[in-house]
Amino acid sequence: MLNWLRRPKYAQVERREVPAGLWSKCPRCKALVYRKELERNLKVCPKCGYHLRLSARERIAVTFDPGSFVEHAADLDSRDILGFVGYQEKLEEAKKRTGNREACIIGEGTIEGFRVVTAVLDFPFLGGSMGTVVGEKIARAAELAMSKGLPLVTFSASGGARMQEGILSLMQLAKTSAAIGRLRDAGLAYISVLCDPTTGGVTASFAYLGDIVMAEPGALIGFAGPRVIEQTIRQKLPEGFQTAEFLLKHGMLDMVVPRTEMRSTLARLLRFFGAPRETRQEAAVP
Amino acid sequence: MVQAGEGNNTVAEELSVAPTPWEIVQIARHPKRPRVMDFVEGLFGEFTELHGDRLFGDDPAMLAGLALFEELPVAIVGHYKGKDTRENIARNFGMPHPEGYRKALRVMKLAERMRLPVISFVDTPGAYPGIGAEERGQAEAIARNLEEMSRLRTPILVVVVGEGGSGGALAIGVGDVILMCAYAIYSVISPEGCAAILWHDASRAEEAAAALKLTAEDLHRLGVVDEILPEPPGGGHLDPEALISTVRDAVRRHLALLRERPIEELLAARYEKYRRIGQLLEAPGT
Repeated sequence: MLNWLRRPKYAQVERREVPAGLWSKCPRCKALVYRKELERNLKVCPKCGYHLRLSARERIAVTFDPGSFVEHAADLDSRDILGFVGYQEKLEEAKKRTGNREACIIGEGTIEGFRVVTAVLDFPFLGGSMGTVVGEKIARAAELAMSKGLPLVTFSASGGARMQEGILSLMQLAKTSAAIGRLRDAGLAYISVLCDPTTGGVTASFAYLGDIVMAEPGALIGFAGPRVIEQTIRQKLPEGFQTAEFLLKHGMLDMVVPRTEMRSTLARLLRFFGAPRETRQEAAVP
Repeated sequence: MVQAGEGNNTVAEELSVAPTPWEIVQIARHPKRPRVMDFVEGLFGEFTELHGDRLFGDDPAMLAGLALFEELPVAIVGHYKGKDTRENIARNFGMPHPEGYRKALRVMKLAERMRLPVISFVDTPGAYPGIGAEERGQAEAIARNLEEMSRLRTPILVVVVGEGGSGGALAIGVGDVILMCAYAIYSVISPEGCAAILWHDASRAEEAAAALKLTAEDLHRLGVVDEILPEPPGGGHLDPEALISTVRDAVRRHLALLRERPIEELLAARYEKYRRIGQLLEAPGT
């Protein structure tokens, strides 16, 4: 069952005529990779190890035991509360394109049998930005974890607070952090996984409040975006600045975990944090 | 003109022509506007500054210490903007590094142990975006403060006196009661930054200032701010004494109310205050 998690030994790819769409080009090493091979390798380039970004649904599919994930609060919908120019159109477009209603999916499921509550940000949906609904869902995930006595695992990928909801977005930083505070007081564990990219208000709130904070290799993580910093200090940023590896070196992460080892790493940690384990691989009861 | 609400004789009555959001931005940033240090000197009979975060350094952009407010011992945190260019450079324009937020937290935790109410003064363009700030965990420092302030076991009174620059402002801005001067601003992003992202044109900041809903009246209407403190016509810089006196009266009134309430009740209300921002989304019609 875990075969698909192992990084396959990569044989030389035969060059031959193939219909377009069967091959993907790695954004980093530019190698052509057979698309199915890439999917099997969890969208990690088999040539150079580059971690391609995952949507929230893809993240759930590669992280949770098959069929175990049960979504909560799926019906929450954003509105253009401030009447912000162009926001309604952007929301509609993002909904149509991603098939999701917001930039966050929450629910519960099992990872190698360990039951957890999860919240996953969806970068393709308006850059995974946190407005009132995303904040609400994070808070509900923390409260769900408390009501069920389960650990919380979040996967972040976000440009930060959602500008189009103005101050209400900013207040979600306080709301989500307060909810994590209650989770902590309740004695439950919280593991935060930072994926490429996680910046701004998401790092400055729940995403950095994990008891364990880990990241995928190469992920861009920071409070301010690199461009803002360059403009402020008027100099070029050093190579590798704000990558997961950079933050690990500076003591800002517990570990950098390749995607192919994410499930086993989370499971290993969850053992220490009192996550109940289902012996049979069956779907969690909602 | 929107009603300021609850008997505040603000803008509308005192000015024949109400300032636009963009004009309010200019007033909030006015070089002669009273700074946090002016409020500290004007409100407190005695002030003992405390330095350093015990981890890295002492951030000159953050003020922290103990003070007497009409014989009542309190703890103070606040952003430290300079009065002129030289002082501003020394104070990094009131833009803290992680050690600033950690110093503030250290003093707030001390206040919690000594049962001193905390008064926080907000006036910053934002948390500093720089290499050292990222290396030392700007995001983590802000997030930690949000969580800790959400459950600090002592009353917290926040006064937004100038610029409320996003996460860098909120990082000392979580509290039981949030007061805001009539011509202060509070926003998820600066109007210039917003315009640059939206229209790739920072010069359209005036439009962005209106779209962001960043004035005291907007924030009061959105339930983020509890009370608007009226300013002299044209802004506090035209009559600093008047504004300081208004703030003093408001602080006196709210401190008395806050100190009467049992801490458990206060903490529950504080959580709810932030928790409900966004719950309006379930109103009928969504």
